[in-house]
Amino acid sequence: MNAISNTAAVAFPVPYASDQRGVITPAVQARKTATRRRLALGRAIPFGALLGPALLLVIWSIGSIAGLIDPRTLPAPWSVIGTAIDLIAEGKLQVHLMTSAWRAAQGLVYGVLIGTTLALISGLSRLGEAIIDGPVQIKQAIPTLALIPLLMLWFGIGEGMKVTTIALAVLIPIYIQTHSSLRSIDSRYVELAQTLRMGYGEFIREVILPGALPGFFLGLRLAVTYAWLSLVVVEQVNATSGIGYMIDLARNYGQTDIVIVGLVVYALLGLGCDGIVRLFQERSLSWRRTLAD
Amino acid sequence: MASHLGGLSGAPLVRVESLVRSFGPRTILDGLSLDIEKGEFVALLGRSGSGKSTLLRALADLDDKVSGSGRLETPDKKSVVFQDARLLPWKRVLENVVLGLDLPDAAERGRTALEEVGLSGRETAWPIELSGGEQQRVALARSLVRDPELLLADEPFGALDALTRLRMHDLLRQLCARHQPAVLLVTHDVDEAVTLADRVLVLDNGAIAADIVIDIPRPRDHGHRRFGEFRSALLRHLGVETKPVLPV
Repeated sequence: MNAISNTAAVAFPVPYASDQRGVITPAVQARKTATRRRLALGRAIPFGALLGPALLLVIWSIGSIAGLIDPRTLPAPWSVIGTAIDLIAEGKLQVHLMTSAWRAAQGLVYGVLIGTTLALISGLSRLGEAIIDGPVQIKQAIPTLALIPLLMLWFGIGEGMKVTTIALAVLIPIYIQTHSSLRSIDSRYVELAQTLRMGYGEFIREVILPGALPGFFLGLRLAVTYAWLSLVVVEQVNATSGIGYMIDLARNYGQTDIVIVGLVVYALLGLGCDGIVRLFQERSLSWRRTLAD
Repeated sequence: MASHLGGLSGAPLVRVESLVRSFGPRTILDGLSLDIEKGEFVALLGRSGSGKSTLLRALADLDDKVSGSGRLETPDKKSVVFQDARLLPWKRVLENVVLGLDLPDAAERGRTALEEVGLSGRETAWPIELSGGEQQRVALARSLVRDPELLLADEPFGALDALTRLRMHDLLRQLCARHQPAVLLVTHDVDEAVTLADRVLVLDNGAIAADIVIDIPRPRDHGHRRFGEFRSALLRHLGVETKPVLPV
């Protein structure tokens, strides 16, 4: 009898149902730990984000050493590094980098400010939504690249056109994410604010803005990516300085190594900015518990 | 309806007259009248859909989208405790307690309120780090820090486990003894109503079907002879027949 009930306990590890004495037998416990599947992601791998890029670099190096990759198609990593060092020594890379970074930063700041403001107006009033939401959706449907001819006619080929193009690209993700996050704030919190007799300003400050923050940050991460993307486009279409211009010039002279340096700089800038945004995000959203925790 | 505290304070704190509330064709509250005296603890029982929450939301001014008529007088200083603790997850515990409290000594009051509910030392915790019972205690602190004359509670212990609920009953009783607000406690738990309230109302078909004064001395023991009588009477009003309680 005892043996049978033990077998049953092992086969069906339900401690309360299978053990009337209220004691979980060691067999049941062992089975439980062995078969329990964790649904959460487990601990983060230290520097895990670097693993994939490092692997790519290794493949690239091996391919270059083995002669599998033609240097005219893709120069070896070390010759790209050599070119980068030369460019820095000549002072060219810094100048181009600063120009590009300044354009991206301006476009990002204007785009984020405008996108957030539009999202707030549209999210917090019916009239605002009626007026703003449609045009923003239309803008979203038009690729940034397609707008450039028009923007060149309006703003010329100077910095104004470039910053405007970037800002227009950036405001879309900021607007859409912030707006949808704002609109999905739980109505129970609105009720709470009402019973606590909060003023409108306080309600926006304490409930709406913090509640919309997760969406804003998601929008910001996309916005940073969009800013660099549009930067590439505007700098290659018409510029006399900047990383994109450097790449375009190098293409004309067949300098693959300089093209690669430019692309690596873009990648590093993109990754660096995303890292900074994520850092801010973690700081600001430390109250959350999600699948990643 | 006679005043149940002997009319000591003159006008009642809450006065509801011929209150009608309806959702589309369904009339939820049908000419309901109710007085609550200063400091009186009233429990409101009723089956699901009997209009308990509708009445509470009307008293809490949370029913601006509901059509209806009637007269409603409530004090300005009132607080609501919901079934869920409804803490803002992005605010720390103390910030949640003093939310919307525009006083120079708000933080000090908040700390005192947290001490009263037994949560000193958790001021800087995030709501998600607290247990369900602790979260509901923060919600109680948030209500009491405003010194309400009327405390409206919509099944505040409904989501808690039985043991935590009993502890919360004790806590609520102590807090009410100290702060003396009038309380309207919406509940579906007959024992909870009999344990805590001075007066128990049973809501049925949008009107008050029973109004019973509970005069068992406090602290109330579930084993008290009259406790069983009140319980049976209330259950009968709720449409549940019970066998008489046999002496053990």
